[in-house]
Amino acid sequence: MTASSGAPAAARPREQWTGQVGFILAAIGSAVGLGNIWRFPGVAYENGGGAFLIPYFVALLTAGIPILFLDYAIGHRFRGSPPTAFRRLTRGGEALGWFQVMICVVIALYYTAVIAWALSYFVFSFDLRWGDNPGAFFTGEYLQVADPGISLDFVPGVLIPLAAVWVIAIIVLMAGVARGVQRANVIFLPLLVVAFLILVVRALFLDGAVDGLNALFTPDYSALADPNVWIAAYSQIFFSLSIAFGIMITYASYRKRRANLTAPGFVVAFANSSFEILAGIGVFATLGFFAFQQGVTVPELEGLTGVGLSFVTFPAIVSQMPGGPLFGALFFGSLTMAGFTSLLSILQVISAGFQEKFGLSPRQAALRIGAVAAVVSILLFSTTTGLHALDTADHWANNIGIVASAVLSSVLVVWVLRRGGELRHHLNAVSTFRLGGWWTFLVGVLAPVILGYMLVSRIVTLISEGYEGLPGWYLLVVGWGAVAFIVLAALVLTALRWKRSPDDFVPWPTFGPGVDTDHKEVRS
Amino acid sequence: MTGEATIFLVLAIVIVWGGLLASILFLRSRPDSDSIPEGGEDDHREDDAPVERDT
Repeated sequence: MTASSGAPAAARPREQWTGQVGFILAAIGSAVGLGNIWRFPGVAYENGGGAFLIPYFVALLTAGIPILFLDYAIGHRFRGSPPTAFRRLTRGGEALGWFQVMICVVIALYYTAVIAWALSYFVFSFDLRWGDNPGAFFTGEYLQVADPGISLDFVPGVLIPLAAVWVIAIIVLMAGVARGVQRANVIFLPLLVVAFLILVVRALFLDGAVDGLNALFTPDYSALADPNVWIAAYSQIFFSLSIAFGIMITYASYRKRRANLTAPGFVVAFANSSFEILAGIGVFATLGFFAFQQGVTVPELEGLTGVGLSFVTFPAIVSQMPGGPLFGALFFGSLTMAGFTSLLSILQVISAGFQEKFGLSPRQAALRIGAVAAVVSILLFSTTTGLHALDTADHWANNIGIVASAVLSSVLVVWVLRRGGELRHHLNAVSTFRLGGWWTFLVGVLAPVILGYMLVSRIVTLISEGYEGLPGWYLLVVGWGAVAFIVLAALVLTALRWKRSPDDFVPWPTFGPGVDTDHKEVRS
Repeated sequence: MTGEATIFLVLAIVIVWGGLLASILFLRSRPDSDSIPEGGEDDHREDDAPVERDT
């Protein structure tokens, strides 16, 4: 270690992206993940088809982009991972920061498992190993799923790729922000786009592709009057953009201080949605082909989203397609790359949080935390009970954890601390696209109302109806248990001592009475 | 494709991909603000620290 304790002057300067393009690519790599490919197409189809685009676009502009900017502002102004940044905002905020870091921990544990599955299926594509019944192959031969519970029966076919994903991710993280995370994104993001474009073009030339596109894009206008469709649109935008659980705070903190924030933010947000539209076209053209082969209509198909779409429906389609192995390799290769670049961003939040609090180097943090996380992840998700645990943890971490985190951040910043103006001033002072008072309204009023409604209604549903028919004790342990673990760990980590206090910090640019928030003219 | 579906496919492409293109062009026309307040220079003294190896 080079840093001497307690001397801010000797503190190592913060790591940085090499520039604007590096930051944008990494942020797009983070936002474009599994959800873009396997969630958006099905959600759009089920919620009004073409008409869904209207609430989707409204949600992007009124919630997605404003919350993205809120994350940027917090991370960039207070220059740290969530615990550091929120602590510098207000002393007690550190706990909210650790809450976000711990959400990332839980998500990282199972997200790696899904990437490991995708990697396995990339290999299986070449000899169509799933055979004639991909559904039975996935839960039976591949995952060897047992009844929900806790088991230590490891499945080697999952354990080996899972360990491999962890090793590669740890190596990337050890290399640091510019030489590791950014470089991985510079390689994988263009590769992902090219691979997926080839897949989409191929899909468009399949028999029945047009039926698939008709199914996806034919509007059902009555959906616009259904509040659940609007909630689905806000959820899709919200979960897709990697916002409100620390990633964009952390990524923005690695931008140089004199850096444009809002204009690159628009590029990131629109790039994410662009990939979703592309995925919608590719997935539904392919589903149209499948329906055509089966002699059914697209609405009669099952397994149109998530794990079912990717690991059951798509393998079945690949088996029936001329040149299927190549198509399968492109699909699962894309899924692996999209997932991996998102995983890196999730892990970077954790790594940065621990680096700052405990004075670790990127290398130490990646090795130590990565090793512990890898072991826990392998114990939980490479066993015969992994699928149930994954599904449950995912549902709770996202719908309870991230949504609560967003509501808390917004209420804390805008209502409790009344710092919305300061953050708007910060964004306007460094950026080329200036935000008006509408931004504070969207972030402080609209977002917490919609997300708060989503949170409460979800909690009510989960308590009254359970989830996926899983036993109540299991949901209590794995679902609510994950949330309890996140909260407890956040409190414990907040209580521990800082290796080097982050409190000796002066935000720049200065903000106070007399400073024009709209930044038409700023006194220096 | 049916006319209605085609319209929405085209709309989606024009709005979302067009939005991406517009935001890229906007960023390229002015990559950085020219009215950033004084200060905020980053400290690069230790950016390329000697390689540390655990032995």
